Amino acid sequence: MSPRFVLTKLLRALLTLALAVTFVFVVLRMSGDPVTQMLPDDAPASVREQYREMWGLDRPLPEQYLRYVAGLARGDFGFSFRDDRPALDVVLERVPLTLELGLSALALTLGLGLGAGILAALRRGSTVDHATMAFTILGHSMPNFFLGILLILWLAMTWRILPSSGVGTWQHLVMPTVTLGTSYAATVARFTRSSLLEVLHQPYMRTAKAKGVPFGRTILRHALPNAGIPIATVVGLRIGALIGGAVVVETVFAWPGVGQLLVSSVAYRDLAVVQTVVLLIAFTMVVVNFLVDITYGWLDPRIGAGRREARA
Amino acid sequence: MSLSVTENGGAGATGAVAHLGGATAALAAQRNPAPQPVLEIEGLTVGTDRVDLVLDVSLRVAPGETLCLVGESGCGKSLTCLAAMGLLAAPVRRKAGSVRLSGVELSGLGERRLRQVRGRDMAMIFQDPVASLNPVQRVGQQVAEALRVHEALSQKAASRRAVELFDKVGIAEPARRADAYPHELSGGMCQRVMIAMALACRPRLIVADEATTALDVTTQAQILRLMKALQEEIGTAMVFVTHDLGVVAEIADSVAVMYSGRIVETGSVDGVFDAPAHPYTQGLMDCRLHALAAAGGRLAAISGSVPRPAERPSGCAFRTRCPKASLPCERLPMLAPFGASQRVACHFPGRAT
Repeated sequence: MSPRFVLTKLLRALLTLALAVTFVFVVLRMSGDPVTQMLPDDAPASVREQYREMWGLDRPLPEQYLRYVAGLARGDFGFSFRDDRPALDVVLERVPLTLELGLSALALTLGLGLGAGILAALRRGSTVDHATMAFTILGHSMPNFFLGILLILWLAMTWRILPSSGVGTWQHLVMPTVTLGTSYAATVARFTRSSLLEVLHQPYMRTAKAKGVPFGRTILRHALPNAGIPIATVVGLRIGALIGGAVVVETVFAWPGVGQLLVSSVAYRDLAVVQTVVLLIAFTMVVVNFLVDITYGWLDPRIGAGRREARA
Repeated sequence: MSLSVTENGGAGATGAVAHLGGATAALAAQRNPAPQPVLEIEGLTVGTDRVDLVLDVSLRVAPGETLCLVGESGCGKSLTCLAAMGLLAAPVRRKAGSVRLSGVELSGLGERRLRQVRGRDMAMIFQDPVASLNPVQRVGQQVAEALRVHEALSQKAASRRAVELFDKVGIAEPARRADAYPHELSGGMCQRVMIAMALACRPRLIVADEATTALDVTTQAQILRLMKALQEEIGTAMVFVTHDLGVVAEIADSVAVMYSGRIVETGSVDGVFDAPAHPYTQGLMDCRLHALAAAGGRLAAISGSVPRPAERPSGCAFRTRCPKASLPCERLPMLAPFGASQRVACHFPGRAT
């Protein structure tokens, strides 16, 4: 990878983060006054003014913005009105739980998505294929909160085999993971199937067969790397979306992660916390995109800058 | 797999005639014990459920011999090759006939057993070398893979052998080129890589399906010379598919001419070129550039085109385009001996009349 490639990516990432921060900053301040939200309705105007002054909300918007950005540059993410401590601390202590849920949902997405997609492509037209296609349509079209509610209804209420909410044991993780991972697994399965089908009829697959390469190896070493780019793209997009999805799923299952924090902080107008969470989400997206870009070059030597010159 | 047969050097077998199926060939073989053929195809019929694409094809190729399969596009040459390798892809399948490699029956062999034979005892070179190489794997690795699969070599030893093979097929700077990806190499270079891949395990049989068609003329000549030299060195039998009669004259020992799924004429290359017996073969010969002067400056062409398999006429399939066609041609002509070395499927063989 050339330095120029990395530099371009880096600049683009910074721009993305800056835009996200600015947008959220402006929109939050237009959407309501935190002081109204936090103080009792009958609080006297002087008290309100005092609070505004304390949090710097009485300053003009550009000044607030500059102060905030200057703070970010020093690693100061602002102060949580609600918890009365640094917003970063509030957010970071929720991260492990969201990470736990996100990673297990990702494992489900990859395992189920790739597995079902490969199987469907290899057994095209079979029952497995039809079942996979039915699953992808269902997975795509069912909103994940609805799936979550169905799961709670059956597994927690009717059969009572899994806890309906909270954290602690692996049983707590099952339903949120399935809820979050299913629709993504469906997308991945669909892309895996179609890109693999395209590759299976390429002349080089016949060459591999003519060489006497065992079937499993032809799929793993010849087909999948060639089918990998669309799959990597969709997996990358889905990792980004997992965080967004976590907001809904964490709310349904009372999972005290970042998503739930975001929802309650928005309701509370806890500006610094909301901004920090959004920044975290944007940062994750940027990192995932960068990883996907690197994966492209690794999967396909025809992509990416700085190739060796070996022309004949 | 017990595919043990004595490696027969190229010299003794060069010039051997391709015997074509049927009882007479078998009898001839009894009277005059020839070396066991490397490839023996008998009564091969290939097609889908609806239509036959290759009909009752029989071929024999002796060790060290080069048989050229010629004919227009769509006459079943490639399918015959793929059937020999067991590489037909659904919905096309082998419907009848047998394929034997050094006396071992391959048709009906399970995919697992076939895989042990492919690449080791028989190898195939495909038409489009660039598309036939995996775009995301280094070419050296792709050659080494055959060695790793069949000879259980370590990655390191296989890579070293791949570089040696690259050197052998005339790739300059073999060690550096082995690290290249197909898109970094020219078409001719990729074809050399394919040849190195085919030679890797010193197979008894190499099937080359239009191996030089995609290359420019000078590269084509180099590749042909290279294949011929390597063939002589390891005594491999070769089936070479082409529609270029110049290529045939250059490398073939014997020729089989296909038309609409059937073999219409076969024999030694000299016999067929000097005295083509089938009107279709004659037509092909007349289409060559050297025939230009004889025809008074105008390049001859065979009128019409190959019928689609589903619309193949009954009897002799060539009769709709044949200048000699008459009533008997509505019956299918059988391959019958003609001259010293040829066999032809025509009711009115030969130039005269």
